[in-house]
Amino acid sequence: MTHLHTQLDAQGRLRHFLTIEGLSRKLLIELLDQAEGFLGVAQQAVKKVPLCRGKVVANLFFETSTRTRTTFELAAKRLSADVLNLNISTSATAKGESLLDTLRNLEAMHVDMFVVRHAESGTAHFMAAHAAPHVSIINAGDGRHAHPTQALLDMFTIRRHKGGFDHLRVAIVGDILHSRVARSQMLALKTLRVPDIRVIAPRTLLPAKVEEAFGVSAYYDLAEGIRDVDVIIMLRLQRERMSSALLPSEHEYFQLFGLTEERMKAAKPDAIVMHPGPINRGVEMDSAVADGRRSVILEQVTNGIAVRMAVMAMCLGSQGSK
Amino acid sequence: MNTPEVWKESAAIESAINEMACCLARQLERRGLQNPAMIGIHTGGVWVAERLHGLLGLSEPLGHLDISFYRDDFTRIGVHPQVRPSRLPVRVDDRHLILVDDVLQTGRTVRAALNVLFDYGRPASVTLAVLVTRDGRELPIAADVTGFEGFFGAGEQVKLSGPNPLVLLRTRRDVRRDPSIMPPLPAGEGLG
Repeated sequence: MTHLHTQLDAQGRLRHFLTIEGLSRKLLIELLDQAEGFLGVAQQAVKKVPLCRGKVVANLFFETSTRTRTTFELAAKRLSADVLNLNISTSATAKGESLLDTLRNLEAMHVDMFVVRHAESGTAHFMAAHAAPHVSIINAGDGRHAHPTQALLDMFTIRRHKGGFDHLRVAIVGDILHSRVARSQMLALKTLRVPDIRVIAPRTLLPAKVEEAFGVSAYYDLAEGIRDVDVIIMLRLQRERMSSALLPSEHEYFQLFGLTEERMKAAKPDAIVMHPGPINRGVEMDSAVADGRRSVILEQVTNGIAVRMAVMAMCLGSQGSK
Repeated sequence: MNTPEVWKESAAIESAINEMACCLARQLERRGLQNPAMIGIHTGGVWVAERLHGLLGLSEPLGHLDISFYRDDFTRIGVHPQVRPSRLPVRVDDRHLILVDDVLQTGRTVRAALNVLFDYGRPASVTLAVLVTRDGRELPIAADVTGFEGFFGAGEQVKLSGPNPLVLLRTRRDVRRDPSIMPPLPAGEGLG
């Protein structure tokens, strides 16, 4: 698989983190185990470890983001790396500089790692293909393609609550069609051998042949889809899609696919509710669910730092290996 | 690498740990260190610390320290594959600590462990107890309490096997202990 060759070095170690696709179960478990160790760093008086001291990480966010960018920044800082946050809207790219020129200029400033978010699918792969041999690229979300660190932090959160993957029923609810998060989640769940993966959405928001492509079951009815599930992952309904006639209205969407306490009764009593954020309250879910005892949404944010530390440490660690 | 041979049997190790406990008790009394907290360094150090903790009858729970994130060879060998989270059940600030490891060789593990401890707080004092001190120091670090002292050839390694029974194994390596040619360490193996 081409992604595999791009992401791994000759010894099979993680050099870039671009997509879940092609990564082995063993490597994903190793990343999750690594993140477990990093979780404890937040408990220290000095919330830092010296692992990546001297390394420089540049956050290149061509799309707006607060949560993801901040957690990447905190993750790098907790590894003692130096962090550059580039304000793309006022940068040279906005003045016409090409992506490759931006990459070359930052490489000339001895940046060791780029965390890239871009509206175009494939941007992180493109940068990885052209990056200098000592530079790592992490995909922080590209177009509709992938958001691998979000999927990994979701897997981490699931494992902490459910202990493992091979006995689970997991439902992903919402705009599967436009969601890079959902794509990465489906690949991660499959790789981690979750036996029952369900996607639940209106027909207009499900990709064609999703069942064959990802080995999941498609449901068009929320109550049926979340019956006896262990995990419910709600996706953000991208309001910008509302105008494209894929959905009649937010109100109707909530009536049919919004998660409420009442509807949660169909899931297992100890089912957890997840959401990558930001939540549209009253559209994807009720506030009672978002803030309820089964919600692990804020934990996902905390876990995101540890998981991103693990990904960064593994990529930066492989740079020095011969 | 050659097959490991037994350097110290279990009975000798248990006896040495008993002596270490007596020596530690005397030191604590002489220095007036009240209510110390004991912390073992993964993995062998925790095995030794578990025994010392019981022999000294310490009231505070035993702490575990993983120094993987503080190793100074990260850029050479990458991140350690089997990191166990450190667990410090007591506050470090202003506490008298007893740090325990299995083998003191280069001193780099102890340096890393001290760095971890200081990221949790500022201890009042740290006493270092190790089962074996051997040649090969690369940093100015010495133990306060020692079970065995050993002198080995440049290619020889001493390693604690455990947790039950504890046995010290001696192995001759085929490579020189030159950091520039040092191969990646196997999982769970410390720097000494």
